[in-house]
Amino acid sequence: MKQSTFGPWLAMIIGGLYFLVPLLATFEFSLRMKRGEYSFEAYRVVFADPGFQASFSYSVALALATIVLGVLLVVPTAYWIHLKLPKLKPLVEFVTLLPLVIPAIVIVFGYLRMYNSSSILPLTNSARGTDLLLAFGYVTLALPYMYRAVDTGLRAIDVRTLTEAAESLGAGWPTVLFRVIFPNVRVAILSGAFVTFAIVMGEFTFASLLNRPAFGPYLQLIGANRAYEPAALAIIAFLVTWACMGLMQVIGQGARMVSRKR
Amino acid sequence: MAATADALPQRQAAMRRVGTTAFALVGVAPFFLFALFFLILPTMFLIVGAFKNPAGDWTLGNLANLFQPTIISAYWISIQVSAASAILGGLIGFFLAYAAVSGGLPAWIRPTLLTFSGVASNFAGIPLAFAFLATLGRMGLVTVFLNEAFGFNLYRTGFNLLSFWGLTLTYLYFQIPLMVLILTPAIDGLKREWREASQILGATSVQYWRYIALPVLWPSMLGTTLLLFANAFGAVATAYALTGSSMNIVTILLYAQVRGDVLHDPHLGYALAVGMILITGVSNGTYIWLRSRGERWLR
Repeated sequence: MKQSTFGPWLAMIIGGLYFLVPLLATFEFSLRMKRGEYSFEAYRVVFADPGFQASFSYSVALALATIVLGVLLVVPTAYWIHLKLPKLKPLVEFVTLLPLVIPAIVIVFGYLRMYNSSSILPLTNSARGTDLLLAFGYVTLALPYMYRAVDTGLRAIDVRTLTEAAESLGAGWPTVLFRVIFPNVRVAILSGAFVTFAIVMGEFTFASLLNRPAFGPYLQLIGANRAYEPAALAIIAFLVTWACMGLMQVIGQGARMVSRKR
Repeated sequence: MAATADALPQRQAAMRRVGTTAFALVGVAPFFLFALFFLILPTMFLIVGAFKNPAGDWTLGNLANLFQPTIISAYWISIQVSAASAILGGLIGFFLAYAAVSGGLPAWIRPTLLTFSGVASNFAGIPLAFAFLATLGRMGLVTVFLNEAFGFNLYRTGFNLLSFWGLTLTYLYFQIPLMVLILTPAIDGLKREWREASQILGATSVQYWRYIALPVLWPSMLGTTLLLFANAFGAVATAYALTGSSMNIVTILLYAQVRGDVLHDPHLGYALAVGMILITGVSNGTYIWLRSRGERWLR
């Protein structure tokens, strides 16, 4: 019995139109800044804007800080759970899923109440303190993705044998963790890192309510005041997301190919 | 006699185990401290605040105050937009995933769809609002094209991007891909042999779906739809960039409350947040439970 492929093709074509038309429309719109001709004027204006440069680099720095903090928090924890405390696994998994249950705006509302200037730990008193709070907030937002990625990575290797082999050769725990476990789950760490990067670059609520000059609030400001630049910025943001997800796939496939060759 | 002799080393072993467990707990302390300070305590702060009055006494008054027309309508519009985008996103996402996995399409379709879904599910927030304004806004490409090519004025039909359907249509851009990403492994779990076996036994296509495929798939489908619901319910940035504060949904109300206490009652603000946690909590809690049921068939 040969299956008809009419329905599946129809679904794909309608889906494809829905997803591609907004991208094309945005791109076309972004080229219309100069009257009567297509030009990259809007992109030139955006890139020349000091506000764009400052907020974009602020968010990149913040994303990198978030990735480092997140990796240092998640990898040792997931490793320890795999090795010594498998019974705690459901609890840790539950905690890492909580940021999906509690909306981001509620979490940052709690931060503002708990870490404001009249509290015991007034993190929001200084710009650096608020940056730190924002980075911790982003670690929280990325926790479900980072933990899932690292957990999958650890499942694929023999944690116990690697640890015992390293220990019997005289390695202390920092050596085991940083020179044995980290390199073995680096693909998982990288894929978690790229998701984290994409999340931080586009995030608005945390940065806006904590009043930090990140890329998200900048986008909102431009959107409220300009006509063509927002379209150009949307294309730039889409390319950043695309780059993150694309790199993630390439790294994942590269690792799969290497392991198949072995 | 023999029993006591055996019990001694057992007990020592047990005690050693307790000792190592206590030591092992130190290793996960940073994680739990982090979760406590940056996830649990801030949320608890709001929950406790929701049940207190400004004088610090316990009360249910804040929750009762939620039942005023503006707040109820904010929750209601949020629930409607989230439900519409979750159900539509769930259905369309399911058809796309099914078409890609077992629709008999060329092999390149599937990885292309999955890669694109990975990108699109993360392409939310403000840039997404910009993209839809450039497409379906009053000056958007599609609006202008329909008007010039067919003389069809979209906005005269009552459509407005800054409305219920406009917001739902925009949310679908990240909802559909998320459904595709989560449901594809579940559809992969439908074994070809099941379909063949049912056909050999004389089952029709409808019977196959009714008695085999849907009973296996429904926990993942329903669960993911609930995840989509919570996903849309907590979204702030897309709606804020799209509609400013012209649309009265609960996240935008809470955003305004956090910024400038528009309700003139901080404790009512806490109650507003607690109401949101309740709704996303029930929705996502059910999702997590259903997911563990759905995974039984994927082994």
